[in-house]
Amino acid sequence: MNKKPAIQEFIKGLWDENPVLVQLLGLCPTLAVTVSAENGLAMGVAATFVLVCSSFLISLLRNVIPNQVRIASYIVIIATFVTIADRFLAAYTPDISKSLGPFIPLIIVNCMILGRQEAFASKNKLGRALLDALGMGAGFTLALLVLSSVREVLGSGTWFGMDVMWASFSTWKVMSLPPGAFLTLGCMIAAANWINRRRQT
Amino acid sequence: MSNSAKIIIVLTVITLFSGGVLALLDNFTAPKIKAHQEEVKNRALRAALPDNDRVQELTKGDYRFYAAYRDNEIVALAFEASGGGYQSELRLMVGVTPDFNTITGAVILEQVETPGLGTKIQEDPANKENPGWFMGQFTGLRTEPEISYVKNEEPGNDHEVRAITGATISSKAVVNILNEHIKKAEAAWNE
Repeated sequence: MNKKPAIQEFIKGLWDENPVLVQLLGLCPTLAVTVSAENGLAMGVAATFVLVCSSFLISLLRNVIPNQVRIASYIVIIATFVTIADRFLAAYTPDISKSLGPFIPLIIVNCMILGRQEAFASKNKLGRALLDALGMGAGFTLALLVLSSVREVLGSGTWFGMDVMWASFSTWKVMSLPPGAFLTLGCMIAAANWINRRRQT
Repeated sequence: MSNSAKIIIVLTVITLFSGGVLALLDNFTAPKIKAHQEEVKNRALRAALPDNDRVQELTKGDYRFYAAYRDNEIVALAFEASGGGYQSELRLMVGVTPDFNTITGAVILEQVETPGLGTKIQEDPANKENPGWFMGQFTGLRTEPEISYVKNEEPGNDHEVRAITGATISSKAVVNILNEHIKKAEAAWNE
């Protein structure tokens, strides 16, 4: 069925099929929570946890779940893991939970996660599904980390809460606001496309 | 087995499994989340109320009051006040003297305002010595005739605070929430 070496399933999510930069999936939390590197990392890790757990279960159950109710089943499974992540964050890291607000519960409807289940986990063996989920999760987390780092450094002059800019640096308020997310993401996607085109020629 | 039977069985098993897992998880996380909320509340009460011997909770009307006693006399009342900020719901804990004329302290319990602008109502990184200066202004503030704010100058009256530059709407929201709820709470308390 699939002749590619299994490790390729992991690597493709990092760059060639990066969910944020290439597939443009899961952009709502990408744009909304990336005001600080801490938020970006937490969102990336939470989404990766949900993605890996859901892919694991759905790949196991791929021959059991009837075709007609597959989306309903995926959503229930995803929602379960999202709720686990949400409660866990609220119990152990209340500050992060508060600053991510409704965007943790909204992972349920993150199209990257549902997309991977429909396109990959439900059609592939467990090992490949897990590698795919890990790769996509890592790609998502990396993209969020870069985006949120740029926004935090320029918008607040800090990185993970530490002062990193010189004292007279005047913060770019727009980077903390929604337009900053669009501007930064646009530049990142442009850069990714530019690099890919250079690689092809 | 017919296909519809299979559909029903699969969906039932998945949802039962999901419900079971979440119920189990709740046993572990619910007490932790509750303890954390208690801690936030207690910290807020310590900041909003003056020194006291004990704090007693009582509900009157729509408000839950935390009455601070010293020598068996009420020295201050604290209650929660909430309302819309610039982009989020603001929840405050405010303490007042028993005649509701002076604020003994006000702190923010919850806010998700614009990072770097509206969040300054809670913590202003530009003011390294006193990041909580904005809410600190409310301690000892008079509530009569009503709390108001001034921009870009030092407040001249004992019922005025200075709004945060770049976060006027959030500053104004705090003032409005306090004005509204102090009046309503006074009515509820005296009922």
